[in-house]
Amino acid sequence: MASYNTNEFKGGLKIMMDGDPCSIIENEFVKPGKGQAFNRVKIRNLKTGRVLEKTFKSGESVEGADVHETDMQYLYNDGEFWHFMDPESFEQVSADQAAVGDSAKWLKEQDNCMITLWNGSPIIVAPPKFVVLNVTDTDPGLKGDTSGSGGKPATLETGAVVRVPLFVQIGEAIKVDTRTGEYVSRAKEE
Amino acid sequence: MFQPDAWRPSAPLGMIRARAAMLSRIREFFQQAGVLEVESPICSRYGATDPAIDSLKARYTGPGAAQGLDLYLQTSPEFPMKRLLAAGSGPIYQLCKAFRDGELGRRHNPEFSLLEWYRPGFDHHRLMDEAADLINRLVETPLAVEKLTYGEAFEQTLALDPHTASRERLRGCAIEQGVPSAEDLTIDRRDGWLDLLLSHRIEPRLGNRGMTFLYDYPAGQAALARVRAGTPAVAERFELYLSGMEIANGFHELTDGREQRRRFDDDNRRRRQSGQRVMPMDEPLLAALTAGMPACAGVALGIDRLLMFLTGCSDIRQVLAFDFSRA
Repeated sequence: MASYNTNEFKGGLKIMMDGDPCSIIENEFVKPGKGQAFNRVKIRNLKTGRVLEKTFKSGESVEGADVHETDMQYLYNDGEFWHFMDPESFEQVSADQAAVGDSAKWLKEQDNCMITLWNGSPIIVAPPKFVVLNVTDTDPGLKGDTSGSGGKPATLETGAVVRVPLFVQIGEAIKVDTRTGEYVSRAKEE
Repeated sequence: MFQPDAWRPSAPLGMIRARAAMLSRIREFFQQAGVLEVESPICSRYGATDPAIDSLKARYTGPGAAQGLDLYLQTSPEFPMKRLLAAGSGPIYQLCKAFRDGELGRRHNPEFSLLEWYRPGFDHHRLMDEAADLINRLVETPLAVEKLTYGEAFEQTLALDPHTASRERLRGCAIEQGVPSAEDLTIDRRDGWLDLLLSHRIEPRLGNRGMTFLYDYPAGQAALARVRAGTPAVAERFELYLSGMEIANGFHELTDGREQRRRFDDDNRRRRQSGQRVMPMDEPLLAALTAGMPACAGVALGIDRLLMFLTGCSDIRQVLAFDFSRA
């Protein structure tokens, strides 16, 4: 893997730090008029999600991280691993709990996810921005109330729980924004 | 790739007018003070030897240099202005562009504007007073003036003596102070650790209630300032800070040509050691010092940063008609 000089630092650059792949969030050039120049860098550890700060002497180099993102189809969960397939090459990868994290509750078979691969192995699984899921359980509530005020919790087929308007009933499909975990609308009848 | 909208200025027209107003008040200040405005070459056969400052290169080919001639864009107008002083110019100032390779960020643009002036007969204290007067001419409400020695600033903020603390002690302080990943940094020189502590832990606290002058620097950071013997020996150098930002750097100027040559040699030796380009040292300056330059103090003040301060901007691009990405 190539290495990067501090002059190449910019948001989104993937570098290795303390053995983990990281992504640069912010890079600030700090230099006294007649003194040593530094780069003050904010980076996200892609494995843990933690944000940390680092100080580099300007001109230093760091090892790049072989990280790339790719769209893959979610196939199934075998109880330990979540399996995904590249829709073009049909190549399959398996992601562990650490990589899938909170995304697990949005994963529905056949949906396309954004997988971040490091040296070919998944380290981050991002669900689609919007998913359509069936309501498996919710309080029957008040039919006819369409104001959407208040709402009620509903359990979805993947186990996620979201607040939905009172008119949403068991068996209906709803559209959810996975970034906020919020109900968007009823899914259109097919 | 050129973006269709990138022909537009980076600064709003109001800012361009604010700059013009600031420049005319600066010229008025120096006219009233009897300081002569001068110009000098931006392109020179000689460059800055300071290892912390890199010159941009240009090349001339034509009459007088058929095979081509390497030139350096000035990193400040200091050397030719000192030749004018040696020639008997009396007090002089210049508003000009300066260039530094490798410097781009929130407070840096590779091409920037400098105000530089020299006062024969002044020491660094009298020049600090005049710089304070100039700043107070440009602001609406006069700012309080604070003067701190480099040593006092380190004592007050970090409880250590920057003149005597060992490299290990400075490194330990940076780690204690939570400078991110300070423990992983390899910095060979004490002055490098001082730079780290100054820029990360002291500078943000300077000039937040008025203006702060930091003066009497470690002798190792003398650059072109005289060193005053004593315990410790200190460089008669100062910097001005406004809102945590370095605005100006001044010296009670070194007038000894032999000492100046020794420092240039030392700079170039350090450049060679670290694999930097060895710079052709400014022989005309050294000759002028040998011929005799009057005792004087001089200061360079970053005009773009001053405008940032006056208009409350945090990014230098906001005050440049066309920042580097649009140049």
